[in-house]
Amino acid sequence: MFRILRKEELAPSIKLIDVHAPMVARKARPGQFVVVRVREEGERIPLTIADWKPNSGIVTIVFQEVGVTSLKLGELEEGDQLQDLLGPLGQPTHIDKFGTVVCVPGGVGIAPLFPIARALQEQGNMVITCMGARSQNLLFWVDRMRSVSDEVLISTDDGSFGFHGFTTDLLKQVISRGTKINMVFTAGPAIMMKKVAEVTALAGIPTIASLNAMMVDGTGMCGVCRVMVDGKTRFTCVDGPDFDAHKVDFDHLLSRLAVYKAEEKAALDLYLKRRGVK
Amino acid sequence: MSPVEFKRIPVREQSPQERVKNFQEVALGYNEEEAVAEAKRCLQCKNPPCRSGCPVNIDIPKFIKHIAEREFMEAIRELKRWNNLPAICGRVCPQERQCEQPCVMGKRGDPINIGKLERFAADWELEHGVEIPSLPEPVGKKVAVVGAGPAGLTVAGNLARAGIQVTLFEALHKEGGVLVYGIPEFRLPKKIVAAEADYVKRLGVEVKLDVLVGRTITIDDLFGEGYEAVFLGTGAGLPLLLNIPGENLNGVFSANEYLIRSNLMKAYLFPEFDTPTKRGKKVAVIGAGDVSMDCARTALRLGAEKSMIIYRRSFEEMPARREEYHHAAEEGVEFHWLTAPVRILEDSGNVAGLECVRMQLGEPDASGRRKPIPIDGSNFEIEADIVVIAIGTTPNPLVTMTTPGLKMSPHGTLVVDKKTGKTTRPGVFAGGDVISGGATVISAMGEGKIAVENILKYLEAKW
Ligand SMILES: Cc1cc2nc3c(=O)[nH]c(=O)nc-3n(C[C@H](O)[C@H](O)[C@H](O)COP(=O)(O)OP(=O)(O)OC[C@H]3O[C@@H](n4cnc5c(N)ncnc54)[C@H](O)[C@@H]3O)c2cc1C
Ligand SMILES: Cc1cc2nc3c(=O)[nH]c(=O)nc-3n(C[C@H](O)[C@H](O)[C@H](O)COP(=O)(O)OP(=O)(O)OC[C@H]3O[C@@H](n4cnc5c(N)ncnc54)[C@H](O)[C@@H]3O)c2cc1C
Ligand code: SF4
Ligand code: FES
Repeated sequence: MFRILRKEELAPSIKLIDVHAPMVARKARPGQFVVVRVREEGERIPLTIADWKPNSGIVTIVFQEVGVTSLKLGELEEGDQLQDLLGPLGQPTHIDKFGTVVCVPGGVGIAPLFPIARALQEQGNMVITCMGARSQNLLFWVDRMRSVSDEVLISTDDGSFGFHGFTTDLLKQVISRGTKINMVFTAGPAIMMKKVAEVTALAGIPTIASLNAMMVDGTGMCGVCRVMVDGKTRFTCVDGPDFDAHKVDFDHLLSRLAVYKAEEKAALDLYLKRRGVK
Repeated sequence: MSPVEFKRIPVREQSPQERVKNFQEVALGYNEEEAVAEAKRCLQCKNPPCRSGCPVNIDIPKFIKHIAEREFMEAIRELKRWNNLPAICGRVCPQERQCEQPCVMGKRGDPINIGKLERFAADWELEHGVEIPSLPEPVGKKVAVVGAGPAGLTVAGNLARAGIQVTLFEALHKEGGVLVYGIPEFRLPKKIVAAEADYVKRLGVEVKLDVLVGRTITIDDLFGEGYEAVFLGTGAGLPLLLNIPGENLNGVFSANEYLIRSNLMKAYLFPEFDTPTKRGKKVAVIGAGDVSMDCARTALRLGAEKSMIIYRRSFEEMPARREEYHHAAEEGVEFHWLTAPVRILEDSGNVAGLECVRMQLGEPDASGRRKPIPIDGSNFEIEADIVVIAIGTTPNPLVTMTTPGLKMSPHGTLVVDKKTGKTTRPGVFAGGDVISGGATVISAMGEGKIAVENILKYLEAKW
């Protein structure tokens, strides 16, 4: 069991928890994730390690409530226990001195990109972050991203804050400045990563995407997380989650993410009905 | 002396019509009267051939004699001298190829039902309260065991019984390895696995779940923390795929995914349990081993109208246990022999069926079985909405990759000295599927026992 030491609401339906998991905190590296099970009857879901403190044994998770499991996770309070937390999983992000890098997080994609940007900046890269949200109230960790970036550009879909548009528009602006960009890192909804990859492919900028395939074990046993990269089958949990965004078949990823749509909806309806009754 | 009884006491089973509608155990096992009657058939041979067929060398006539004399507690004590997991082995061991195959009674009639007698004694104890043997004084040595499958549980239990302080690390959230994630409830109830894992814990083994060795902690870290030896029982959990077009369509599962969802995550109880699975109407399982039978029978219980086994060789070459084949056939699983898939057919991202080719058998190949050869132009289609690929697994390379000094064979298995269980790195031992590439529960336990002897010798030399 893993105790929740602190809980914070970052934005409507986006929450942060600090979990006591000393073995994980000791080994975590940027880009890695954990698999969490909320309760005995629960499913196993992957969540990025957004931050960690080896000395106090803390692992920070930022999650969005999108379905039954993330909602149940959101119900837990400080002092409560998580049934299971396994990690750190996946290959750490390859951090190097690339030169100028642009980070493009979307939504909770901030979770993986915050530690990645921090490590990139520590390595002496010039870090530019293009972040966005649907609306101002959904923006979070702007200060945190500022603290690890040389420049932060912000957009909202509805124009309530910063640039009126998408993060891909911000990325295009940065590209159009003409300064050489050596690398782009992106994490967030698959559809956004697909768009980012399209933009950077045109501009010829190497791009790494942190993929969010569906998972069960997270250790390479089941193959549910398989993605197509450069025409080959790869397991996101052990070969990734980072892949060359220009070689990822995003349409395939999107179609696999929708496999359990009907079941997820039925479970959600049942959950909301029962919660309503309570 | 009573006359020799040539016929076995039959084992009560749920009827095929009934059992395909539930996940409860198929074979119901012997009650006391039946067990005693079956035990009385044993001839108590002076040089019992059954014993040499047992990979862990259980004194079979001795435990059977205790049952015949209604000394059930004595029977289980005798079994547990050799085997820490008798309720499991009594259910899933291929006895027809091991102890029962050479049984003298088999020459004139039915061999003694050794497996069901073992199961009876173990279940009797679980029902009447499990006895924990007295443990020796701790010798003040720590050993780490990685993987809580049958190999790891055996090694952990036996080391604890030798006074060693043992920590057992397991990546998943439950102990049992394949026993808990692979073999279905209707063949091996999970409460039996939990009870036998609990026995190992009560021998003093500390279990740490949710630890992936190689990621959460490395072998080098373990030595650094004062563990003097490490046993690797990490199994062969990486699924092999076919590499045919359509393999990544929605509705294509590896056998591991299909079984993990249903067994470990209890998806058949969705939405009471949170993990969903697909309840296909027409399920095609590729391969004909025990794993394939488990998938095909799971599909029926999940409500499939049609469950098919697609196999490129014929009945003769099928690797599955005959008992499992028989159970599957009784339940209505269809068998397509000499049929190989060449492509998975698509309907807007989902599985629509299989394109197959007919095969014929040629000369024997390296495995000694006749090699299947495709018949040109014999392609045809089979309709299906779920395809399960059950063509085998290999060991996960994670531990080998993160541990200097360990050697991997070209097949992906760990290189060990089979006589001692020693890997190529001093202090690191291994056994089970990680060295065999996939075998049986009891062979994993047998290899575990060899490793235990040699771990104890290794620790003593260092004393
Ligand atoms: C390596 C990795 C790291 C991740 N890190 C984070 C993180 O730090 N924070 C976070 O909030 N989420 C993260 N995710 C996504 C997270 O795992 C899913 O949101 C979660 O599984 C949803 O479970 P649920 O039961 O609440 O929702 P479900 O009922 O399973 O799904 C509800 C809705 O969310 C969509 N959805 C489900 N799974 C995903 C997914 N993997 N990606 C995108 N949409 C999905 C479904 O299509 C559906 O519409 C990560 C995924 C991966 C693979
Ligand atoms: C569906 C199915 C049906 C079968 N039916 C039968 C049968 O009827 N009879 C029979 O005798 N055999 C059967 N077998 C084979 C038998 O189950 C295996 O041979 C046996 O379980 C091997 O035991 P093991 O301890 O070596 O490995 P496993 O049972 O595979 O256990 C390995 C354990 O190690 C864990 N692990 C792996 N890597 C790590 C790591 N890095 N850190 C921590 N933990 C790790 C895994 O999570 C797992 O729990 C079947 C196999 C399958 C898949
Ligand atoms: S060979 Fe058969 S009859 Fe002889 S001791 Fe063994 S089980 Fe009994
Ligand atoms: S999540 Fe099971 S193999 Fe990746």
